[in-house]
Amino acid sequence: MAMIATAGHAHADPHHIGLVIEHPGPAPKRIVTAYGFWIFLLSDIVMFSCFFAAYAVLSGQTAGGPRGSEIFEPRNVAIETVCLLLSSFTCGMASIAADVRNRFWFYLGMAVTCVLGLIFLAIEFREFADLVARGYGPSRSAFLTAFFSLVGCHGLHVSAGVLWLLTMMAQVFAKGFRADILRRMTCFALFWHALDIIWVAVFSVVYLLGSGA
Amino acid sequence: MLGKLDWSAIPFDQPIPLVAGAVVLVAILAVLIWVVVKGHLPYLWHEWITSVDHKRIGVMYILLASVMLLRGGSDAIMMRIQQAVAYQSQGYLPPEHYNQIFSAHGTIMIFFVAMPFVIGLMNLVVPLQLGVRDVAFPTLNSVGFWLTATGALLVNISLVIGEFARTGWLAFPPLSELSYSPGVGVDYYAWSLQISGVGTLVAGINLVTTVLKLRTKGMNYLRMPMFCWTTLASNLLIVAAFPILTATLAMLLLDRYLGFHFFTNEAGGNVMMFMNLIWAWGHPEVYILVLPAFGIFSEVVSTFSGKALFGYRSMVLATMAICVISFMVWLHHFFTMGAGPDVNAIFGIASMIIAIPTGVKIYNWLFTMYGGRIRFATPMLWSVGFMVTFIVGGLTGVLLAVPPADFMLHNSMFLVAHFHNVIIGGVLFGAFAGFEYWFPKAFGFRLDERWGKAAFWFTFLGFYVTFMPLYIAGMLGMTRRMQHYDVGAWRPWMIIAAVGMAVLSIGVICQIVQLAVSIRNREALRDHTGDPWDGRSLEWAPSSPPPVFNFAFNPDVRGEDAYWDMKAHAKQQSLEHERLEYQDIEMPRNSPTGFICAFFASIMGFALIWHIWWMVILGGLGAFATFVVFAWRDHDEYVIPAEEVAAIDRVNLEERRSLVSMAGAV
Ligand code: HEM
Ligand SMILES: [Cu+2]
Repeated sequence: MAMIATAGHAHADPHHIGLVIEHPGPAPKRIVTAYGFWIFLLSDIVMFSCFFAAYAVLSGQTAGGPRGSEIFEPRNVAIETVCLLLSSFTCGMASIAADVRNRFWFYLGMAVTCVLGLIFLAIEFREFADLVARGYGPSRSAFLTAFFSLVGCHGLHVSAGVLWLLTMMAQVFAKGFRADILRRMTCFALFWHALDIIWVAVFSVVYLLGSGA
Repeated sequence: MLGKLDWSAIPFDQPIPLVAGAVVLVAILAVLIWVVVKGHLPYLWHEWITSVDHKRIGVMYILLASVMLLRGGSDAIMMRIQQAVAYQSQGYLPPEHYNQIFSAHGTIMIFFVAMPFVIGLMNLVVPLQLGVRDVAFPTLNSVGFWLTATGALLVNISLVIGEFARTGWLAFPPLSELSYSPGVGVDYYAWSLQISGVGTLVAGINLVTTVLKLRTKGMNYLRMPMFCWTTLASNLLIVAAFPILTATLAMLLLDRYLGFHFFTNEAGGNVMMFMNLIWAWGHPEVYILVLPAFGIFSEVVSTFSGKALFGYRSMVLATMAICVISFMVWLHHFFTMGAGPDVNAIFGIASMIIAIPTGVKIYNWLFTMYGGRIRFATPMLWSVGFMVTFIVGGLTGVLLAVPPADFMLHNSMFLVAHFHNVIIGGVLFGAFAGFEYWFPKAFGFRLDERWGKAAFWFTFLGFYVTFMPLYIAGMLGMTRRMQHYDVGAWRPWMIIAAVGMAVLSIGVICQIVQLAVSIRNREALRDHTGDPWDGRSLEWAPSSPPPVFNFAFNPDVRGEDAYWDMKAHAKQQSLEHERLEYQDIEMPRNSPTGFICAFFASIMGFALIWHIWWMVILGGLGAFATFVVFAWRDHDEYVIPAEEVAAIDRVNLEERRSLVSMAGAV
């Protein structure tokens, strides 16, 4: 078996019976970093799934408090969604700019991403503050607990993303497009896009389904 | 200013923890003073604390696990004595205290003994077996280790400052909710697991990436040593399961800190949700622990039988099958909580299915031994001891997976006997086998065989004397976590178990003596070949201990049992390499990031437990600053010049050549 494999390696003849494609050795750093970060993102999504599951279990447990349809404001949520989806686009532009080493478009893309992220956070914060002021805070009912936790967890991720974004801009400013900084930029972009995907799920499960019920 | 922390947190009225704490404190201080006075501090700092070398980090993980094994073991001794004496009396421990002991014992043994032990072994060995220079993310690796250490530190602080949880190792609500556990015990529990859980996740990501993306040339999936496969499976489980634990504990903490209602009895909270979430993590967790042990046994059995592993492909398949199925059986942990007969039947059957791949493995080990030239060195003893013990544990597990039987045996001593049977007989025996097997690789000298064998026999016999009586007590109706009892029929079994614990402790002492004796005789036990057991996989190719860069040349793998093949070829062609040009090697630079991160995490964890909010903010800022500084570094690698690589490698080749020519002369 081993002999056949070695032979197949020497002259890559696809018709050779028992051909084993030889593993070429360690992957380049860029791939390893992105791969590891992907795995982290998957595990982060598992964590979100738990909060989604909790929301699914608890969404009917209003304990005499308000239901989803009574407190959600579709217009705000629509603006939030647009902001976030757009920011994913501008983040993509910034990534491309980084790949072609164009500082101006990189800063611009990142700055717009940052502003859109902040608008999103501001709207979310206002929504939360407003609910708490009306006495519908997270300890009012299990439904509100699950709602605040799921949406808030996403919001925390976005906040962390904004902080990370700013450090990325500072790094490029101070050090230019070095290989390690480009690797980090790849990770940041992956992170930001993943938040977008999770938001789509939040939007559908919490706001769309919730407004109907 | 100090949140909930004041003088009442220190248990002046309870002599046992206070004295234990004082002894530990004095011991730590003595070690610290010795280190500083002897001038070892710079060495420790540069060579160990800031090291990002996977071998060093692996060793530190194992050291942490060993120390915590002694702590968890003391708890076990206290519990066994209590149950032996507490017949129709209070015993010597107040109930409050007993509850903390079994909670701390379980938590420590799972999270700070078993986990660091297997992660340490994987860290130490897997890059070597894959023929690579380090793990995928060396600095993160160090962060992961130090965060685990932070968790362990917090648990131990709870011994003297405040209290530990009284809720068992899984902190079920509503008992763990604020209304029933108003103290800081559950907070200690939750924060230390949160912090060490992050460390575990980091280690998991690191090892998965290492196995999938860093293998050396020619190391196809079906040529990886079995231990790499089980490492992959176990770390995939970590990556998929630990976020569940993080989320669950976060919910519990939100309930406790901010009055949320995930698991409360009021306002619509749902306790069953906790059961589902925690066991969706908890059941895979036992396979996270036992799969690497299976890998160790595979390596050991094949090496000491002088044969390739029997049924390698079926082993791989069985490993991955276990990896998947272990996610589908969590509900067998609460058969009795009213899910109904259909659900119970499905989960019962799914649970029993796991026995099939496990059985495949046992047969493969037996067939590997069959017809082999078996050497009963210490690692092999642990492996054979494991096979016998694990079969007993596995069978009682299948019994518990029968829902009607579980209704009788749930939460009884039978269960305690079962899981110790699999966890000691599986994980701990595996850890010891791996420890004895790879020790020469890590330190360059073998362990004393006589003391090793003594340790095995005392532990093995002690284990049976301690835990078999618990099966009987369980069938006689004794439930677990009893501080005292009035049923005479249970008493003799508890006394036998206490005697067994004494025998077991002798085994542990033998192991400590073994270490001491071996260190003293290390010149006589020195391993000059790098291959003391006539091994089969690549970790035996470099010298013992291996140089920082592991391999002077990236090995080129041509089949299963890579190193065995190389040795077979070398006999015909004499030693290779000499024609090859040595090249510069880039290695990651040491970094204090992990240690500093853990420092701030400890501060933050402690502050969170005691509600000292300004300190929380300080810790958080510190952690963020560490992150920025780490991100700002310019040079994270240094170069080992080719001449140096050549010099190091030639010494190794010389030693081997002289041994080969000596063998030729005979
Ligand atoms: C060395 C010998 C050991 C002895 C004598 C021992 C003894 C005990 C005892 C008496 C209990 C409490 C049972 C009760 O609730 O009444 C217990 C619980 C437990 N032990 Fe051990 N143990 C040992 C080793 C270990 C090891 C090595 C592990 C894991 C790696 C472990 C994990 C656990 C866990 C998870 C629990 C459950 C704690 C709880 O009830 O919340 N034990 N053990
Ligand atoms: Cu289970």
